[in-house]
Amino acid sequence: MSRVDIAPSRVTRTIILLLVGVVFAVPIVAMVEFTLRAGLEGGYDLNHWAGILDPENERRYRVLFAGIANSVVLAAVTVGIVVVLLVPTMILVTLRFPRLARPLEFVCLVPITVPAIVLVVGLAPVYSILARTVGTAPWTLAFAYGITVLPFAHRAVASALSAVDVVTLSEAARSLGAGWARVVVGVIMPNIRRGVLAASVIAVAVVLGEYTIASLLNRQNLQTALVQVSKSDPYVAVIFALLALAFAFVLLFVIARVGTARPRQRPMRWRP
Amino acid sequence: MPDIRSRRAGWAPLGLAPFAVYILLFLVAPTVVALATGLFDGEGRFTPSTLAALAEPVVVDAFVSSFWVSALTALAGAVIGALVCFALLGVRGDGALRSVVDAASGVLAQFGGVMLAFAFIATIGIQGLVTRWLLDAFGVDIFADGVWLYQVPGLLLPYLYFQVPLMVITFMPAMEGLRPQWAEAAATLGCSRAGFWLRVGAPILAPAFLGSLLLLFANAFSSYATAAALISQGAQIVPLQIRAALVSETVLGRENVAGALAVGMVVVMVLVMGAYSLLQRRTERWQR
Repeated sequence: MSRVDIAPSRVTRTIILLLVGVVFAVPIVAMVEFTLRAGLEGGYDLNHWAGILDPENERRYRVLFAGIANSVVLAAVTVGIVVVLLVPTMILVTLRFPRLARPLEFVCLVPITVPAIVLVVGLAPVYSILARTVGTAPWTLAFAYGITVLPFAHRAVASALSAVDVVTLSEAARSLGAGWARVVVGVIMPNIRRGVLAASVIAVAVVLGEYTIASLLNRQNLQTALVQVSKSDPYVAVIFALLALAFAFVLLFVIARVGTARPRQRPMRWRP
Repeated sequence: MPDIRSRRAGWAPLGLAPFAVYILLFLVAPTVVALATGLFDGEGRFTPSTLAALAEPVVVDAFVSSFWVSALTALAGAVIGALVCFALLGVRGDGALRSVVDAASGVLAQFGGVMLAFAFIATIGIQGLVTRWLLDAFGVDIFADGVWLYQVPGLLLPYLYFQVPLMVITFMPAMEGLRPQWAEAAATLGCSRAGFWLRVGAPILAPAFLGSLLLLFANAFSSYATAAALISQGAQIVPLQIRAALVSETVLGRENVAGALAVGMVVVMVLVMGAYSLLQRRTERWQR
């Protein structure tokens, strides 16, 4: 390994990673332990987990399932905004308006400086106007979420775009008679699909974890439902929090593996 | 050869329109409205009177608390996170361990929010795993002086739980940007490994470290969900002040407080993120 000369020794490395790893595992272990508690007299059982599947409890958890359904729809629409609005704009800027690349990056990073808790102050009037035109259906919140995922999505797509010679690809496609739609959908998109996929996964993770905007605009999503349920049944809230954390972890882990599994694929392969 | 860039140039700008409209409606408009409610009164006149809310003792206290929580967790998070990055240098970049660390960091840094509050209630809540263990095994009552988990000090540990992972995500690229050739060059000149880190590694990484530190500060300063789920009574930090102002918006004479708080917050964020982007520019010099 080429880094071996600056990397810490095996012992140092193991100590650091083990120590931090164990400390960071404690709260997760505590959550699992909490969900297994049998009752006030102590002991452990699986009752709280079994309770989720019990049809008798369906009414009590209705809020939770409605929140999950809303969050899934919101995640899908937000991914749609990333794929249909952000990605084509970034491709267009790379192809035709390279001078706008910096301003576009700046715009996409603004949501870090104007965080959700500030944005929500101004979003309330915007949504009250929106309510009169498109209504107050849960999915409309995705417009706000599309903004909050911009910094993450932009970074993922930009790194994929910079790895491909987009201009040459599109010129080649154009000279073979492809229209612009064909160039974007059929030629460039497949070459940056890994970046688009990473952007979508991050968008899903951010949307499923979002609480600030939903709660302050009085909307229902997974996180607001968790808070609501935690007041009457903390065990179930923690169980669903664990499941959500595990789901996000698996999602990001799979993407990390897919990203590194194959050595960088060449944009075009020449087959004699 | 006709340049394809010039062909049909008249239509191309239209392609930017949908995104531009979206940004105007959902980023520019809310930001302007949020800031304007803090700077202008009901009749649209500029007035510093709404900003006077920023000078109220409660609000000043909230800004001070926000500042300390953010500074402390950013500093501790940056140091611990940098150590983790340092240790990860010895781990295969495409190995399973690295993917686990990356995925876990992503989840905790960007996904946690409310659920981190649950995690810490289960850990160091009144009936928490660690609380009970310390009491049973050592007779130590961490809440002997009162329950601090639902106060400002209680934010420190949960915040660290997303600050360290964020540091790993933002600082790792800079750490990986250190070239083996520099270490070789230093070694050829008779420099030890410690000497390399002291004389070459540390100066090169300093701007990236400071930049990440600022990003962590901004992250904690603007974080709402964990605090909101943990602290249901009172508004000890700025984001919770905004919650209180939004919820009690109907109270007469308090309509613009949320806007004034938003202005105060954005001022801090612009200063921090401005310094961040300056440092980032210095960092990029080495990342090519």
